Amino acid sequence: MRELLWHAWLIARKDLRLEFRSRTALASAFVFTALVLVVFEHGRDPTAVPTIDLAPSILWVTFSFAAMLGLNRAFQAELENQALDGLLLAPISRTSLFWGKFGANLVFVALVQIVGVLLFILFFNVPVWRVWLPFLLVCALATVGFIAVGTLFSAMVVKTRFAELMLPVLLLPFLLPPLTAAVAVTVKLFAARPLSESAGWLRLLAGYDLAFVSLTTLLFPATVTE
Amino acid sequence: MLWARELSHAFGAIRALDGITFQLDRGQTLVIFGPNGAGKTTLLRVLAGLVRPAGGSAGVDGGRRSIGWIGHQSQLYGHLTVAENLHFWGTLYDVPAQELERRRAELLARLGLEARAGQQVRTLSRGETQRAAIARALIHDPPVLLLDEPFTGLDRLAADELGRLLGELAARGRATVLVTHDVEEGTELASDIAFMRAGRFVAYGPRDGRDAATLTAAYREVVGGA
Repeated sequence: MRELLWHAWLIARKDLRLEFRSRTALASAFVFTALVLVVFEHGRDPTAVPTIDLAPSILWVTFSFAAMLGLNRAFQAELENQALDGLLLAPISRTSLFWGKFGANLVFVALVQIVGVLLFILFFNVPVWRVWLPFLLVCALATVGFIAVGTLFSAMVVKTRFAELMLPVLLLPFLLPPLTAAVAVTVKLFAARPLSESAGWLRLLAGYDLAFVSLTTLLFPATVTE
Repeated sequence: MLWARELSHAFGAIRALDGITFQLDRGQTLVIFGPNGAGKTTLLRVLAGLVRPAGGSAGVDGGRRSIGWIGHQSQLYGHLTVAENLHFWGTLYDVPAQELERRRAELLARLGLEARAGQQVRTLSRGETQRAAIARALIHDPPVLLLDEPFTGLDRLAADELGRLLGELAARGRATVLVTHDVEEGTELASDIAFMRAGRFVAYGPRDGRDAATLTAAYREVVGGA
């Protein structure tokens, strides 16, 4: 297990270093997040629907699509000089490779979420800081399972034509449960309702994470073997 | 040290490998000549375990850890420096830190890349990238080398240096399979020769001191063209 985690760390660190050097996906995700929030801020009619009701949906849709930019990139870097062959040839388990990619994707999405939340507070004036701890919990629970599925699909589609189009098409159906739950919990949190009212949704998110992190870890080795 | 028994593989209706059998011991170098599409790269990928053969079996003593691979692509990350790439791959192969530093310095010096160590791979010339790829393949001091057209992109001097290096490695007991479409290349390194066409070894045996001119004539006769 120690060796598995060490190799996963090496891969995640390499991926993050590559991303911070090239800044391709990160810059795109930040710009995308800012643009979407600006458009929604200026395009909505605050007298028609209260901000507190609309804001959670806007936030989570923004997070989801920004995350896809990162997921698309996850295995692209390995195709550049067929480095993926090198990784598959190296004496590391396929699970290490998956967890490394998964970890790097989680960090990427976390960074996008931090910037997104700051912009969201700025544009929508929603008092996120009052519920920051439960909101952090919802963010973590809603992101983990979705990113696990996204990492698996990213590996599956990377060698196909139109990979950038294929990934959202495959991923969106799997995004519905965590997205719906995250929006439902966030609405209640922003309305200053106690977290206990969202226990059902939180259980769904935790179950989704457990099921899909396990399933994708088991399925990944088969997706990268010719 | 390295063996293949009745290997077969197909891509749809195209037979890429058809009954390939051979064995290689310490210090032996098998050079496989064949035209484009003969199945040479597929054979190397099967030997490396990157492709599961449809029939037959292949193996390397010590498994994946024992293999050093040079393919058509460098398997290097463009946004990492040469030194960072070598460090990443060496660490992935669990080379101890001090040993890794020593090998990295030795390979960079031997391949004339000392001045390029801190440069990102994407800024290197084709020949320099190929030399960095050779360093990457040798960083864990593998006992078995699988080389797919390793002289591609190298100028005369670098090709001669690579030839000398491979000769030294063979003298130190490394087993090597080198595939190329160019009979002039690699002949001097070969202890054994195979001519490959349509997925089969149409000729296979010891080189017996034959020079490139003799082999070219034999290749034209057996395979056709040159």
